[in-house]
Amino acid sequence: MNESPVSTGESTATVSSGSAAGAVPRARAGVARWRWAVAGLLLLAAVYAPFQLVPFHVFQLTMVLVYALALLGLNLLVGHAGQISLGHGAFFAVGAYATAIPLARWDVPHLVTLPIAAGVAFLLGLALGLPAMRLRGLYLALVTLAIAIFLVPLLKRFEEVTGGSMGLTLPKPAPPAWTGLAEDQWLYFLALAVALVAFGLAAGLLRSRVGRALHAIRDNEAAAEVMGVRLSYYKTLAFAWSALFAGAAGCVYTWVIGFVSPDSFVVTLSITLLAGIVVGGLGSQAGPLFGALFVMFVPSISQDVNKAAPGVIFGLLIIAVMYVAPTGLAGLAGRAADSLKKTLRKG
Amino acid sequence: MAGFLQQIVVGLGAGAIYASLALALVLIYRFTGIVNFAQGELAMFSAYVAWQFMAVGVPFWLALVLALAVSFVGGMLIERVIIRPVEGAPELTVVIVTVGLFIFVNAAAGWIWSFLIKDFPNPFPSGAIEAGGLTVGFSTLGVFVVVGVVMGLLYLLFQHTKIGLGMRAVSANPDSARLVGIRVGWTLALGWGLAATVGAVSGVLVAPLLFLEPNMMGGVLIYAFAAATLGGFDSPIGAVVGGLIVGVAETLAGAYVSAVGPDLKVGVPLVIILGVLLLRPQGLFGRAVVERA
Repeated sequence: MNESPVSTGESTATVSSGSAAGAVPRARAGVARWRWAVAGLLLLAAVYAPFQLVPFHVFQLTMVLVYALALLGLNLLVGHAGQISLGHGAFFAVGAYATAIPLARWDVPHLVTLPIAAGVAFLLGLALGLPAMRLRGLYLALVTLAIAIFLVPLLKRFEEVTGGSMGLTLPKPAPPAWTGLAEDQWLYFLALAVALVAFGLAAGLLRSRVGRALHAIRDNEAAAEVMGVRLSYYKTLAFAWSALFAGAAGCVYTWVIGFVSPDSFVVTLSITLLAGIVVGGLGSQAGPLFGALFVMFVPSISQDVNKAAPGVIFGLLIIAVMYVAPTGLAGLAGRAADSLKKTLRKG
Repeated sequence: MAGFLQQIVVGLGAGAIYASLALALVLIYRFTGIVNFAQGELAMFSAYVAWQFMAVGVPFWLALVLALAVSFVGGMLIERVIIRPVEGAPELTVVIVTVGLFIFVNAAAGWIWSFLIKDFPNPFPSGAIEAGGLTVGFSTLGVFVVVGVVMGLLYLLFQHTKIGLGMRAVSANPDSARLVGIRVGWTLALGWGLAATVGAVSGVLVAPLLFLEPNMMGGVLIYAFAAATLGGFDSPIGAVVGGLIVGVAETLAGAYVSAVGPDLKVGVPLVIILGVLLLRPQGLFGRAVVERA
């Protein structure tokens, strides 16, 4: 029997992302400055893009941000705390419905639904995390999978609240007149704002005591416990935070699509999210973004070949990534950038 | 009362199918400590292989034997090619790899055979036995017989053959087994091959009931997980008992608890998994393992 999952073998999934944070502080400062520059350029491009693209492409980019939000949550759990969830689509769905139901019933302003959705998902994550996080990895995967499967018929059952299989159609947030933006652009900027805040929050969380505790748990549970990290407390917290981000993603999704139905949140969504974060890069800051681009564009490009092509690509890539590039696309991009810098410095 | 007993018969019929897939899960877990999330999809793929043989005119039982042989070889290949590199890696890595396998096999079946549902012939006659107000379909009986035969064969293999002895040795202690000259690598591959074969049986049993399509086993898998959790992930007997209990519990809950009903039955495995993990994490027949870091 495999009694000691911690000590054996190469820890493929848990390679820490700190390889770039070198030994000398000066090099670290250089890396940090360089990172800020890239982030700034990306942000500029992100602000500029919606004025240059046709509405459909703006919509696609908005969906990339939605997925990135959800993957940010999943990354916190899988990449940083080393706990697996096969049911994150469920929290996404809960966030979506926690947005849709108040909108449909009480016509609340859109912005109010964001804290509602995030809060409901957080509480649900906490409630489910309490029993689930006492479980070892494998059982957690089972329980989360079962939750994701159970949620769809549950949503269909409470028809008078959720609209059943027909779903709920909702108004999208209208752009204020002073902005002069079209609807698709406004939605994009809303998603961008939420994503920026969320990425900031997650980065802060990971730099804090919580983040160090999570990394310790991921790398060696027993050692972490001996050092005084309360395992079940931090694991439950990671689960709840992770649910919060997924819930926020569900909220923005509902704003953007203006429609929710149980069949949008089948278990495939959960599995796609896991695929996205694995390919994007577990435990890396840019991982959710790469994963979101992947989840958004690979299916729409490869579907022309065959309806099954996205699945074949996802499946093969997940396995390949686990073998050769455990830090995913983000890790590869980081390595490429490092070697480029080295060449530049030599030349 | 007759109605209640009838529901139990129906539940046992469903449970026997869950048991066969759970048996496949347990086999792999015993040998490699891996829970194979792709087990259901492999079973579905095997059912397609059987369907393909029949589509070119092979009679049912021969097609079944051929499909089982293909599954056995396929299972061994998967172990050698895909699972071997991550053996001994952290659980997270292994789970992710089997999830990748799940996505890949599901999509590959869709690519090869399309996502349209296919009719799968039922090997058993359509009639039923009636006794004391109970109706037991031949197909339900057939499922029982097949699962029973599979159990019996596995028992004979493990308890009365040299290969089985070697397999038990590997699952008890791979290092010692290697020292006494057992080829551990091949034995593990053999375990995967066996599991794929047992899974193939459940795929072929499910296909006539649910119609053959790539997502066919998605619903069955979660019941099989509940069965394996209930029985104990390292106990083949537990898998079968667990499967039967899950099948009966699901059917009774669907029929008699109006808050559950046929649509929310799929919550039953969730409740069972959570309940078992909270009350008796090793399952009914499992061994409690002391963890060392």
